[in-house]
Amino acid sequence: MAEKIIEVKNLHKQFGENVILKDLSISVEKGEVVVLIGPSGCGKSTLLRCLNGLEPIQGGSVMLHGEPVLYGKKSLTKIRQRIGMVFQSYDLFPHMTVAQNIALAPLKVQKRDKKEVEEETLKLLERVGLSGKADAYPNELSGGQKQRAAIVRSLIIHPDIILLDEITAALDPEMVHEVLKVVLDLAKSGTTMMIVTHEMAFAKAVADRILFLDGGEIVEEGKPDEFFDAPKTERAKQFLKTFTYSD
Amino acid sequence: MDLAFISQHYPLYVKAAVLTVVIGGIGIVLSAVVGLICALSRYYKIPVLRTITVIYTELSRNTPLIVQLFFLYFGLPKAGIVLSSEACGIIGLTFLGGSYMSESILSGFQSIKKGQIESAESLGLSKAQIMRYVVFPRAAAAAMPAVSANIIFLLKETSVFSAVALADLMYVAKDLIGMYSSTTESLFMLVVAYLIIILPISLLCSVLERRLRRGGA
Ligand SMILES: Nc1ncnc2c1ncn2[C@@H]1O[C@H](COP(=O)(O)OP(=O)(O)OP(=O)(O)O)[C@@H](O)[C@H]1O
Ligand SMILES: [Mg+2]
Repeated sequence: MAEKIIEVKNLHKQFGENVILKDLSISVEKGEVVVLIGPSGCGKSTLLRCLNGLEPIQGGSVMLHGEPVLYGKKSLTKIRQRIGMVFQSYDLFPHMTVAQNIALAPLKVQKRDKKEVEEETLKLLERVGLSGKADAYPNELSGGQKQRAAIVRSLIIHPDIILLDEITAALDPEMVHEVLKVVLDLAKSGTTMMIVTHEMAFAKAVADRILFLDGGEIVEEGKPDEFFDAPKTERAKQFLKTFTYSD
Repeated sequence: MDLAFISQHYPLYVKAAVLTVVIGGIGIVLSAVVGLICALSRYYKIPVLRTITVIYTELSRNTPLIVQLFFLYFGLPKAGIVLSSEACGIIGLTFLGGSYMSESILSGFQSIKKGQIESAESLGLSKAQIMRYVVFPRAAAAAMPAVSANIIFLLKETSVFSAVALADLMYVAKDLIGMYSSTTESLFMLVVAYLIIILPISLLCSVLERRLRRGGA
């Protein structure tokens, strides 16, 4: 049996009267890259936010490595050290240099050794093509560079899984590639990830499994080749059509 | 203008200026402390404390300092609490300044976007760590212009201290005018004394503002 990193059972999420996720069950195994796609507003971001306890849930359960993710509980800070999250808007801390942004959690939360953190910071920055940017402030970086720094900030805590929410959506087109390349590289090296994206070619290339979310449920699930070339459900076909025209 | 008069009486102003700076300084530091506590209780919506803060803020902002001082100096003794003039000055200034500081600091906290806090939460930082490393440094920079304005405002407000028999600058000026009808000289020294106190502080505040904004926050 493969090791389950994330296990969501019968998740129910609503904002007021507005039901977003209904009785949703998914799991992600170690080393797996799952791409979550679906129409705008279907609840993809909300689902990711439920996974690391940024949103309260109204029913069901979210487990990380068998431990419950409980919104608002003290245990969350421990759980979150095992879940990396990268947002569309990078959200680097503007008053800290790139290196300080990256080192904050390992030093203050994980209480790791300063020297070791410094070394790993430089190594990771090099890996994403940002050597020499350690001492730059975020406002001195391009969008693509900021997003790569944000990826490093989540990598350095050595999470069991990284959640990526449309990390290229705010970027100029010429910067999308440099960021996607980093994610593809992570996928190749076995990083467990759950990715929300509107880049279909990227989804196809990076995913081990596609989840298609619509109307609050997983409407279709499958290997990328099957999903993109021969979708089984009408809703998935409709959804993919909107993309083939724009390609 | 009678220069001899000025050179004879300016030591009185120096003494009064020192008093203004000391009492004003203590009052301002305490205002900042009270303001920070109030701002934190409102930012984190701490029950009870937050309600107290709101009531206090209304009371403080909607009554003049001179009324607050009268209450402390003439009102409290009726209830058996007798405070020195200095204590009245410090408490009065703190009571007034705390609410102004609280508003400025709170709006600094609120200027930090939700995304910043969520990304810090996602990294596993505790509430206290988020305040210390993410919110406070930038909130301080954002609040600094308003805080400096409060500091200058409070220093100027010390001019009503004479109402509770504190020998502050205003008190000395009034005294000299009454005694010698030396209006021109007395007022001249009064203005100069305030300028000497407030200008350097004003400059210091703008330097601090620039310092805090380093890193393009
Ligand atoms: N804090 C909130 N309060 C109320 N409603 C919300 C909140 N956040 C999201 N919603 C609603 O929940 C629904 C799902 O939003 P969500 O952001 O998860 O969609 P999404 O699939 O990520 O969309 P997109 O592709 O545009 O990013 C939307 O209808 C949105 O209006
Ligand atoms: Mg979204």
